[in-house]
Amino acid sequence: MTEHLKSSRFAHRRMRHVRERIIESLLFLAAFSSVAITVAIVVILVRESLGFFEHVSIIDFLTDTQWTPLFDDAHYGIMPLVAGTLVTAGVALAVAIPLGTIIAIYLSEFAPHRVREVVKPVLELLDGIPTVVYGYFALLFVTPLLQYFFPELPGFNMLSAGLVMGVMIIPYVSSISEDAMRAVPMHIREGSYAMGATRFQTALRVVTPAAFSGIAAAYILGISRAIGETMIVAVAAGMQPNLTWNPMEPAATITAYIVQVSLGDLPHGSLGYQTIFVAGLTLLLMTLVFNIAGHWLRRRFREVY
Amino acid sequence: MSENAMDLLKSEAKNLNFYYGEYQALKNINLTVAEKRITALIGPSGCGKSTFLRCFNRMHDLYPGNRYDGQITLYPDDVNILNPKIDPIEVRMRIGMVFQKPNPFPKTIYENVAYGLRVRGISNRRKLDEKVEKALCGAALWNEVKDRLNSLAFNLSGGQQQRLCIARALATDPEMMLFDEPTSALDPIATASIEELIAQLKEQVTILIVTHNMQQAARVSDYTAFMHMGEVVEFADTNTIFTNPSQKRTEDYITGRYG
Repeated sequence: MTEHLKSSRFAHRRMRHVRERIIESLLFLAAFSSVAITVAIVVILVRESLGFFEHVSIIDFLTDTQWTPLFDDAHYGIMPLVAGTLVTAGVALAVAIPLGTIIAIYLSEFAPHRVREVVKPVLELLDGIPTVVYGYFALLFVTPLLQYFFPELPGFNMLSAGLVMGVMIIPYVSSISEDAMRAVPMHIREGSYAMGATRFQTALRVVTPAAFSGIAAAYILGISRAIGETMIVAVAAGMQPNLTWNPMEPAATITAYIVQVSLGDLPHGSLGYQTIFVAGLTLLLMTLVFNIAGHWLRRRFREVY
Repeated sequence: MSENAMDLLKSEAKNLNFYYGEYQALKNINLTVAEKRITALIGPSGCGKSTFLRCFNRMHDLYPGNRYDGQITLYPDDVNILNPKIDPIEVRMRIGMVFQKPNPFPKTIYENVAYGLRVRGISNRRKLDEKVEKALCGAALWNEVKDRLNSLAFNLSGGQQQRLCIARALATDPEMMLFDEPTSALDPIATASIEELIAQLKEQVTILIVTHNMQQAARVSDYTAFMHMGEVVEFADTNTIFTNPSQKRTEDYITGRYG
């Protein structure tokens, strides 16, 4: 009798052990798949880019001021696309970072509970608008509006695309910044109030620096989003690669170029086909740099309470 | 209420009631705080001692739904600091506070101490330097940090952080300082140094301290109030409270029968 009880209890334990192992393996597979997909993307980008660099030198790629891979007189200088990307992203961030930060400070430190409960979901709704809608909003509403003030502004221009993209990014910046500020413990704020500080002084001099690592993370996410944004710039900023730092001009970004060429019918394995991958790799490296910078900032300024 | 006739009155709570929303946390409190003396508030958890302390710098104003009733008078100017017409910032400018958990700001040691001065609009570097040094000396921290005033306050040990918070409060020359269980997050050695510091500080400032450590109250304070269920059960000079309490509840508490 006791013999029988013992063995059945052991059997139970073994079953439980097997089940644990299966669950663990499933969890591992889920985690592994994201890593595997990332690695696969990088491998494909690098392999196709290596094929590209067999025909075009890296020096030309980085220094040529023209990007005309589909012309008879083909030039493969990435700078015009990089410039377009940085200018549109720069305009967007000039809108999103100040506004997003101010909104975060207001919602976290000043807004009454009810206002926050309404404003936060509405802001996050901005994020749910399809980017193609933003793109046409930029092209058909913001550009004509800007032309009213700047009559010489062309129909496609980086300024309006960047402004609208900035509005799109605001919730990214404000929402994460606000979460970071709200995570600052109340006793730190009380310390400031107890010194006779006003709400504004407390928000600016104590809460914002205390939440800096989270705010920096929000900025980095916004930057990555701005650099990777495709639809708005493809629709509103024009498709012509144009090496300029003037936001009032039209120019193609890296993403806009990829859209344009991907939609065409380039033969698989041709040099033109490979330019898609080399542009993609450039984009990946740019966002990687910002993500690493963000990671470093987070570690450097992380506060432990 | 026994009081030493020699002592001047710094502050006085009269018929003070306090409500967190509907809940009455303080019931008809009457208590005097003697100038440049240490007054301790003791009592079991939840008795209202911290709530009472936080009335003195209007900390409850930060949260909606709190209500004061009655008065706390501050001398020599005889103002009721609970009067809604009085700006709580004005009150906090005169009455400093040190919290239970050290709460330095995410700034350098120097900027932590200079914070209250900067908030008051002082930006003259010489004046700041002078006040910061004086406050750090007053908090017995100067010798330990004078070579690293520009390093972050978080790098200090817990006891040093608490002394930094004391220096921060001292820098603006408050008339009165509130301590809310200032040593409950510290080890015994750091506790001893903070207690010693508090005992020294009464030379220059009036102190009101909350503690749940009865030995601490006995060691440092001149007057002690025993609170229970939102009321002051007994208030007398510390010696009387600990050796000859008149109330049964006080005696039960200090002899460790509950709490």
